[in-house]
Amino acid sequence: MRPSGMSAGTSRSEALEGVVDIAPAAIAAVPIGLLFGALAASKGLSIAEVALMSALVCAGGAQFAIIELWTYPLAIGTLVASTALINLRHILMGASLAPKTGAFRPWQRLLTFYALVDETWAFGERRATARPLTPAYFGAMGATLWINWVTCSTLGAAAGSLLGDPRSIGADFAFTALFIGIVAALWRGRSTAVPVIAAAVAGALCYRLVGSPWHVMAGAAAGIAGAALAWRPDEAR
Amino acid sequence: MIVDLPTLVTIVAMAVVTYATRISGLALGDRLKLGPRAKAAVDAIPPAVLVAVIAPSLLATGWRETSASAITIAAATRLPLIGTVAVGVATIVLLRHVVPG
Repeated sequence: MRPSGMSAGTSRSEALEGVVDIAPAAIAAVPIGLLFGALAASKGLSIAEVALMSALVCAGGAQFAIIELWTYPLAIGTLVASTALINLRHILMGASLAPKTGAFRPWQRLLTFYALVDETWAFGERRATARPLTPAYFGAMGATLWINWVTCSTLGAAAGSLLGDPRSIGADFAFTALFIGIVAALWRGRSTAVPVIAAAVAGALCYRLVGSPWHVMAGAAAGIAGAALAWRPDEAR
Repeated sequence: MIVDLPTLVTIVAMAVVTYATRISGLALGDRLKLGPRAKAAVDAIPPAVLVAVIAPSLLATGWRETSASAITIAAATRLPLIGTVAVGVATIVLLRHVVPG
């Protein structure tokens, strides 16, 4: 049935190791999930809608970005385009991890890559440097983060819908603070500074001159162009 | 437990494009070779998009938001994520309370 070395026992221990390895990332995601749910509820999403979005999309960065842009009637094109843009990095992550999934059946690749996120990708890459990556290990990490994210964001939506006016508790600014924190975590010096400054200036100008939601595309385009133009061959990457 | 139709359409479309980004890397595999300049541009996408989303709050909403952003940036250089959010939210609430209007 299974290739040798992949008995049910080893699959179970591989899955357990996956859960243990991803646990710190899952714990760190608890307050982030609660915050996402509360902010989404403050923008008018029902608890069911928050649960559905977290379950189906399962991409924290994209979900935070589009919730900030969430106003009724929905600008569906902008929301979906922003989601795609933020998630483009998955293509690079998947391409780098794909050659290490030799032990996966096709359906196992399609299923476990549903939960390809920054954390599972990083741990999958690390695992592959030491031993073959198994679907049990990778899938258990993904399932752990997925259950955690859906649960925490749903609880956050339930709690947030009780809090009332988000502005009075500064919840509208929580996005700004959160994104500043995430960008700080992604910071790599000059190669981040150029796109960040270009995106901030172009985004603010476009917001003033053209209006929302065009500032997202304008700022993103300026940042990406800035990074490409500012790239120098001596950059240690 | 209400799910509004445009919201459902948006969520499903978001899910489809997200899943597409996750599995298209599998199809590309080793064949995807980006030059270093293109790689730098792709690496810049997440911070560029995140900053573009908050650009109005950073620079074009009011002096309170811009001041709170500056304090939050300072906090982000030394605090973990949740601490940064706490400092940012506390600062804006304080500024709006002290100087209303």
